[in-house]
Amino acid sequence: MRRVATIAWHTFKESVRERVLYNLVVFALLLIGAAILFGSISVGIEHVIIINLGLSSISVFGLLMAIFIGIGLVWKEIDRRTIFSLLAKPVRRYELIIGKYLGLMLTLLINTSIMTAGFYAALAYEKRTLEVADLVALQAVYFILLQLGMVVALALLFSCVSTPILSAVFTFSLYIIGNLLSDIRWFGQETGSALVMNFTAVVYYLLPNFSNFNVISQIAHGQAVPSYLLVSNSLYALLYITILLAAAVLIFEEREFR
Amino acid sequence: MFAVETVNLTKDYSVGFFRKRPKRALDQLNLQVGTAEVFGLLGPNGAGKSTTLKLLLRLIFPTSGTARILDRELDDVAMHARIGYLPENPYFYDHLTAREFLNYAAELFGMMERHRARRVGELLERVGLTGSDNIPLRKFSKGMVQRVGIAQALINDPELIFLDEPMSGLDPLGRREVRDLILELKAEGKTVFFSTHILSDAEMLCDRVAILDRGRLQGCGELRAILSLGVSATEIVLENPSAALLSEIAGHVVREVRTGERVRLEIPLAKDVAPVLDAILRAGTKVVSLNPVKMSLEDYFLARVGEAGEVNRRGRNIDIALDGER
Repeated sequence: MRRVATIAWHTFKESVRERVLYNLVVFALLLIGAAILFGSISVGIEHVIIINLGLSSISVFGLLMAIFIGIGLVWKEIDRRTIFSLLAKPVRRYELIIGKYLGLMLTLLINTSIMTAGFYAALAYEKRTLEVADLVALQAVYFILLQLGMVVALALLFSCVSTPILSAVFTFSLYIIGNLLSDIRWFGQETGSALVMNFTAVVYYLLPNFSNFNVISQIAHGQAVPSYLLVSNSLYALLYITILLAAAVLIFEEREFR
Repeated sequence: MFAVETVNLTKDYSVGFFRKRPKRALDQLNLQVGTAEVFGLLGPNGAGKSTTLKLLLRLIFPTSGTARILDRELDDVAMHARIGYLPENPYFYDHLTAREFLNYAAELFGMMERHRARRVGELLERVGLTGSDNIPLRKFSKGMVQRVGIAQALINDPELIFLDEPMSGLDPLGRREVRDLILELKAEGKTVFFSTHILSDAEMLCDRVAILDRGRLQGCGELRAILSLGVSATEIVLENPSAALLSEIAGHVVREVRTGERVRLEIPLAKDVAPVLDAILRAGTKVVSLNPVKMSLEDYFLARVGEAGEVNRRGRNIDIALDGER
């Protein structure tokens, strides 16, 4: 456990030195700031615009950070051969994978917190005050973090077997497909063909379903997320992350470093 | 207990893109390395030296055969707490300074903070990086990176240290420092297992050597035994010998080389040197030196690798002949 924490802390320190991370955070904060402008020209729905644009910025830039850094996590260690001296130490291969994962999640947690603080600052500026009810937006931020947890696990899995560019393409494609899974399943049911219906059902259950995590517009319209969804989404993300990390560990355990 | 023991250790790599075929990188290697010895794994490029080290460290997995380190199975990761490893042409994290990197390495061994700080300081001094410990590694020269690599391999005060080509890329001063360090480690009772293709380094440092060529062990033994067994001739250097003297002793001499006024004669061990010396003394010729000609590690290495090459060539010829018959 101590070694996992050491690797996680090292990964965190490594990723916070990535310049791309700061650029993304700055862009996200600028966009959240710009939401105030968009809000001010939208009569009556200022809050809706700010919450929609603010939370969407957190989601998109969080996703970019997760993919950009996640795809290089393991690949960089292999490509630069730092893995040789690392695995010659009493480090088990699964400890490296889990440590890397937790390190990047810590980075994303801190960056998401900074972006969330920016979002609340924008909201406070527009509303001149903040109410307890505004904290409901944190539910959307929590769902964004769950999604990022799944995206990082996906990127890490691909990073164990592929180059960064292919890993980025695979991860991003799965994220897009994962957001459309409900539509894909609906499409299968609409066709009436048993074959297509079964196929889309398999795809629906097999691929990561991100569409259930998108509650931004619901929150923007003042509706809280039902507690069953909080629990089920948490369990789903936890299960999916466990499966992805287990697959990454299995692949990594068998991998040779020539 | 052996520090390292391999039994029929074999590694095949898959080569080819569409039609994968196995290529044998290491063929049934049997080695036994004792504790507290400096053991050199020698061989030309592509001989299987790095493959052997990577197999021992479980960076790659054997196709067949087994190995043990410090009497433990290779998959016993806890055993890694007792070993150190310097990879060939090492590369470490760009963004870290030497001190940060060594600290990270020490943390992975579970060292407590106070012990860690002391050990990192000691090692930075030992490898001569005390003044450069707060510079990011990306600004380090190759020689400095090599020093950091050695320091990280020693961070846990290991019993057994694997060094893959530790002198490669170093200037003469750096090579000498690494040589001194290996001798210091030997004096401390550590086992050093290192691969090299620089024979003079091996000759200076190793108690025993193993010679690999094309993945096969060509010879293994104590360096002293290899070199002393190899006395092959007596060398006599004369100053201004007369033509008459040279023709008188010509029957005893296998090689005669003239350099200016001096003539170097080589008399094979099988022949008695006394009649030659008799003739020289009678002629009143000045003897500059008289020495036994010992086989150098280079001679031994070339002889073994040469023989192996010959066998392989013959093998190929047979294969071709068989192919022709088919």
